[in-house]
Amino acid sequence: MDSIYKSLVEIVGEGHASTEQEELYIYSHSLGTAESHRPDYVVAPRTPEEVQQIVKLANKEKIPVVPLGGGLALTGLVMPLRGGIVLDMKRMDTIIEVNEKARYVIVEAGVSQGKLISCLERYHPNLMHSEPMAPAQATIGGNIMIHGQGDLAQPYGFNSDMVNGLEVVLPTGELCKIGSCSVSPYWFAQHPLPDLGLFLGWFGTTGIITKLSLRLFPCKKINGVDRFLVENAELIPEILLKITHTEMVGDLVSSIQGLPLAVRGIHIITININGDSEKEIEFKRQLIREDILGEYIRNGDCGFMGTTPDFRTGQQRPTITTVADIKRGGGFEYVGAILPVDTYPECCREGEAISSKHDIIYTLGGRVIGRSHAMMFFWSYAFNRADPESVRQAREALHESDELALKLGGIPWKPSVYGQKLIMEKMEPNTLELMKKIKELLDPNGIMNPGNWEVM
Amino acid sequence: MYELRFDERKCLACQTCDCLTKCQYMDIDRDTAKVEMKKIINGEDSFVLHDCVTCYACEEYCKMGNHPFYLIVERQEELDIPPPPRPLIKQAIQLGIPWRGDLKIEKVKEPVLSMGMFAPLVDLIQGKLFEGLSLLSVDPRTAVHLFCQLMYLHYARTSVIKERLPGIIDTIAKHDVKEVIFFHDECYGTFTSYAPAVGIEVPFKSVHFFEYLYNRLQELKDEIKPLNLKVSYQRPCSSRLSPDKLHFVDDIFNLIGVDGQREYIGENALCCGGAIIGQRYEGRYELAADLQRRNIEDMVNAGAQFCVFNCPACYDTLSRLVAKKGIWPIYLSDLCRLAIGEQPAGWR
Repeated sequence: MDSIYKSLVEIVGEGHASTEQEELYIYSHSLGTAESHRPDYVVAPRTPEEVQQIVKLANKEKIPVVPLGGGLALTGLVMPLRGGIVLDMKRMDTIIEVNEKARYVIVEAGVSQGKLISCLERYHPNLMHSEPMAPAQATIGGNIMIHGQGDLAQPYGFNSDMVNGLEVVLPTGELCKIGSCSVSPYWFAQHPLPDLGLFLGWFGTTGIITKLSLRLFPCKKINGVDRFLVENAELIPEILLKITHTEMVGDLVSSIQGLPLAVRGIHIITININGDSEKEIEFKRQLIREDILGEYIRNGDCGFMGTTPDFRTGQQRPTITTVADIKRGGGFEYVGAILPVDTYPECCREGEAISSKHDIIYTLGGRVIGRSHAMMFFWSYAFNRADPESVRQAREALHESDELALKLGGIPWKPSVYGQKLIMEKMEPNTLELMKKIKELLDPNGIMNPGNWEVM
Repeated sequence: MYELRFDERKCLACQTCDCLTKCQYMDIDRDTAKVEMKKIINGEDSFVLHDCVTCYACEEYCKMGNHPFYLIVERQEELDIPPPPRPLIKQAIQLGIPWRGDLKIEKVKEPVLSMGMFAPLVDLIQGKLFEGLSLLSVDPRTAVHLFCQLMYLHYARTSVIKERLPGIIDTIAKHDVKEVIFFHDECYGTFTSYAPAVGIEVPFKSVHFFEYLYNRLQELKDEIKPLNLKVSYQRPCSSRLSPDKLHFVDDIFNLIGVDGQREYIGENALCCGGAIIGQRYEGRYELAADLQRRNIEDMVNAGAQFCVFNCPACYDTLSRLVAKKGIWPIYLSDLCRLAIGEQPAGWR
């Protein structure tokens, strides 16, 4: 028996490590357009101590370790580019504590979005976390590691801004706490030092998050959803600015898509309005409709779309991903980029051009982050997995979108390896050098998710 | 191009001007109505063109059958003063363009019921009431090929109706049908009121859904167990195009033993507010909310246990609101099925 495999089984027990081809196959593929890469081992630890032992083993053997959450980032961030061990975190899925008074939850990193939502809905209905519109199996750890955003992005920012503290296995195997938890039993603050930014956004290249504290927020009883239609993209930034000025809305997304045909060429601003009573919702809705958006409605430029009762009360979600399968074959990937909201019109214009060039129906949009501090703009491309030409077209469109994001002054979000290289090419040399030093210091053997954030 | 057959002399000679004086949404006396109708006939701007909420009711109020509402909508389009904002118009127009495949046309065995645009509601059409019917438009992807287009009256776009309607009629006719029952009032109104009003020939006979339901219930009379319920009927705007068929609602209610008495009934019925809420003029949102409040309060005061719909747009707009007041929203066909001991489709 392979000695590494044997060691892995000794660490995690039978049934939680594998070299079986069919299992390796599953971990070889990205949901997006990234090339497939086969790992040598797959292992699913249950405790931080097991993670430590695996990392120490990998250092000893000088083989890569790729930490994996739900594997749903689409941009190929957990592809074992140089083989080695894929470390599947999904068994580490305990919700350790919900502190209702300080409004935070401590979870193991492999807890799924679905599990946390269910727990809060059932046992703590007055609290919510910022839920990304990802499938339920996406993990909390994976989402903060990519600086994800959720349905509270507009009022509160990135999900990674909502992290109070981390427990991390360093690339050399030590277990380390960051945040208030390093000096206190309470996981309520990011302070004192060092900064969480040593780990968040690094895609596991500086350590493996095993535990984290996430801020929770008041959960309003009712969610109202309105959709505001705008033809002229130039109006969108000022409209978003005016809406956010009210400080009355939740998730705020503007999008445009080529299909269904009814909405082609029309930007749809989805406005979530939350409240504890119909009266509260109606007050906010009326203020936004009349005082903030009334002038656009009266001059005929924009208007509120009729929606079904289920949509208006938030029981139905925007269905932008329903066009993901428009090419058949189930492929769908997007470039997300963090940009100033002002760039929305240009993002749309250029995005439509890229889509058209590659014969893909356009699906574009931006989610407002933190009261218009920024937006996450997405250029989404459907492709047919069974058709290599379709995959190639989508990949090219994605690369062009990465380039566009940087050209417009943005930052590709959860970038693919291609996007990471573009970012590093544009980065200030001293910043790049700092990244290199951090990586070399923390991961002297270069075993952590190699190929990602690789500073040459 | 098809032109509206509007008799100007008849209109100008009219002594009552019911079309405008009876309007529930504008306060207009007879003298003002005369002046404003003259302006509208002459193609001039009138406050009526701005204040019209497109409830269709003046089509019913005009006892001369002179189509004042169709004229108002034509003028709204000509003078570019549509009630909804432009993106809503664009969206509505694009909604009527086929993009999910062609309709497979086959000869169908009569009697035939067309769901029009409402193929997703085809599960309402089940049970004894509908035995032996052939159905047109059961696939949501291709329902648009049988979309009557009359919705564009709310959007000041009679040009779109005139452009597309002959093709829709042709598509229906290709099924080799002599007579078609239309699920929605709007389709029935299209083929029996609007098409003749603008000179579009309809080569098949249209049957109102309520008339079909009533006749079928007569056939099943022995199976009816009176429901002994109080209900409120939500009359849709397009019912104003076929007021001669409205009595079937009462006839059906009598047959199945329900009491439909309420204040806002018949000519006095209130709009659901679905079209008004999105209009661009100041105060329309509040107007729609006020209409809905008055409408539902009236249902509550009438002791209604059920709110009866036939229009899916009214249902979408009001069902949740009436349910919150403890009134059960139900399609008329489902209410009829309940009366013959069947379980309504919407109750699964």
